[in-house]
Amino acid sequence: MSEKVVLERDDVRRTLQRIAHEIAEKNPDPEGLAIVGIHTRGALLARRLHTLLGELTAVELPIGDVDISFYRDDVGAKAPGAQPVVHASHIDFDLTGRTVVLVDDVLFTGRTVRAAIEAVFDYGRPQRVQLAVLCDRGHRELPFRPDYVGKNLPTAREERVNVRLVETDEVDEVTISEPVEAAA
Amino acid sequence: MRHLLAIDQLTREEIEAILDRAESFAEVGRRDIKKVPTLRGRTIVSLFYESSTRTSSSFELAAKRLSADLVSVKSAGSSVDKGESLKDTVATLSAYDPAAIVIRHPHAGAAQLVAQWSEAAVVNAGDGKHEHPSQALLDVYTLRRRLDSLEGKRIWIVGDVLHSRVARSNLTAFRKMGAEVTVCGPPTLIPRGIEALGCDVAHSLDRLEEADVVYALRMQNERMAESFVPSIREYASHFQIDSRRLGPRQLLMHPGPVNRGVELSGEVIDSPQSLMTEQVASGLVVRMAILYELLATTGNRSEPASGSPQPVADEPTPIGQGQPA
Repeated sequence: MSEKVVLERDDVRRTLQRIAHEIAEKNPDPEGLAIVGIHTRGALLARRLHTLLGELTAVELPIGDVDISFYRDDVGAKAPGAQPVVHASHIDFDLTGRTVVLVDDVLFTGRTVRAAIEAVFDYGRPQRVQLAVLCDRGHRELPFRPDYVGKNLPTAREERVNVRLVETDEVDEVTISEPVEAAA
Repeated sequence: MRHLLAIDQLTREEIEAILDRAESFAEVGRRDIKKVPTLRGRTIVSLFYESSTRTSSSFELAAKRLSADLVSVKSAGSSVDKGESLKDTVATLSAYDPAAIVIRHPHAGAAQLVAQWSEAAVVNAGDGKHEHPSQALLDVYTLRRRLDSLEGKRIWIVGDVLHSRVARSNLTAFRKMGAEVTVCGPPTLIPRGIEALGCDVAHSLDRLEEADVVYALRMQNERMAESFVPSIREYASHFQIDSRRLGPRQLLMHPGPVNRGVELSGEVIDSPQSLMTEQVASGLVVRMAILYELLATTGNRSEPASGSPQPVADEPTPIGQGQPA
């Protein structure tokens, strides 16, 4: 399987730094912000952005994460055992009236984002929802446009975009790989 | 998992997967909006041929919190009163194309029969003296939250084991999770040969102190006519769990409903060692997890909503891909 590295460790770090600056720039009143990551790697990226934004704005923003398993639009369509591991969502603050920045690692069809927005709305009524992604690989099936993009990755539909983060995968990098039979 | 008919059909790993899922549903229950859209558009039939409060209400609330449509049929006041057979009732209700049928019935094997007659996933909510698997799962869930693991824990199941489907399911489930189980009761209320299920048998509470968990069963008053015990009073004097017999580090469980003053004294029911209200709370989230496991992880719908051949939500996979294969 051929695998091409598109973002290395320093690229990931710089990219997140830039996104944090863009978030701060676009939201001059950081008091109204909240960061919500989408499980699993979106939640890890959200934690990093939260730290960076804390340094930039000197404000301790509320942070949470959502698991979208219960909001999927393909429930029951997959083979037994193919369902992802379930994590619980954690939003321990009131997000009503806040600007919620949703964070995910890869934006693809947009279905995860749809599910995540639905999940977020079960917790309250944010004033605004913004979307930050490390990579946008195209092939949207729903009308979503990210507010903050780390890197645009032109990909073929069959290719895989692999985001690896130190917390779960021992390394920070983004790669593109050819499809394999019965993908891992 | 196509149906949930008996604990025996589940491996320890499958039990743990269901209980992990239940933990996620516990989080849903702490939100303002205690409902997720997971089973939107699916129909669940709840069919109860015996009285029930906890099991029926928790399965019904579980179905609603998963956004399923619920049809609830109790034998009293339905066509069952008019003499309709189980098979005909199931055929009638199957016309609604239910994704799942939750059934409680006084005869062992009823759930198994329904599974043969219907396309729906069948959940056994108690069949005669046979099994009550969802009770066993919620009890393991409750204990796991309190003790982390059941491995090596000693659990005493005390009371009318003979007539108890809860005893049978729980014994199997506790054993699968690594606990050592002792069943205890008068010889008339302990089925002969139960040791074959891998438990010890005691006919008195003398060694009760060795238990980490005491699981008391309901003394089924309706059995008293058949003189399994000389009198309720005599039974209570030998087998009632009271504050004298229950040690301060032992946990107390009971499937409910309790006969106060028979199998349990009033003060132990209300003591902090009693997990009975936690058992009821666990019942809801574990039954959500059971319905989820049966309906959301198998192909019960022909296609994803989009008609797209792709799995649609980005999912975490072992090596860290951010989107579907």
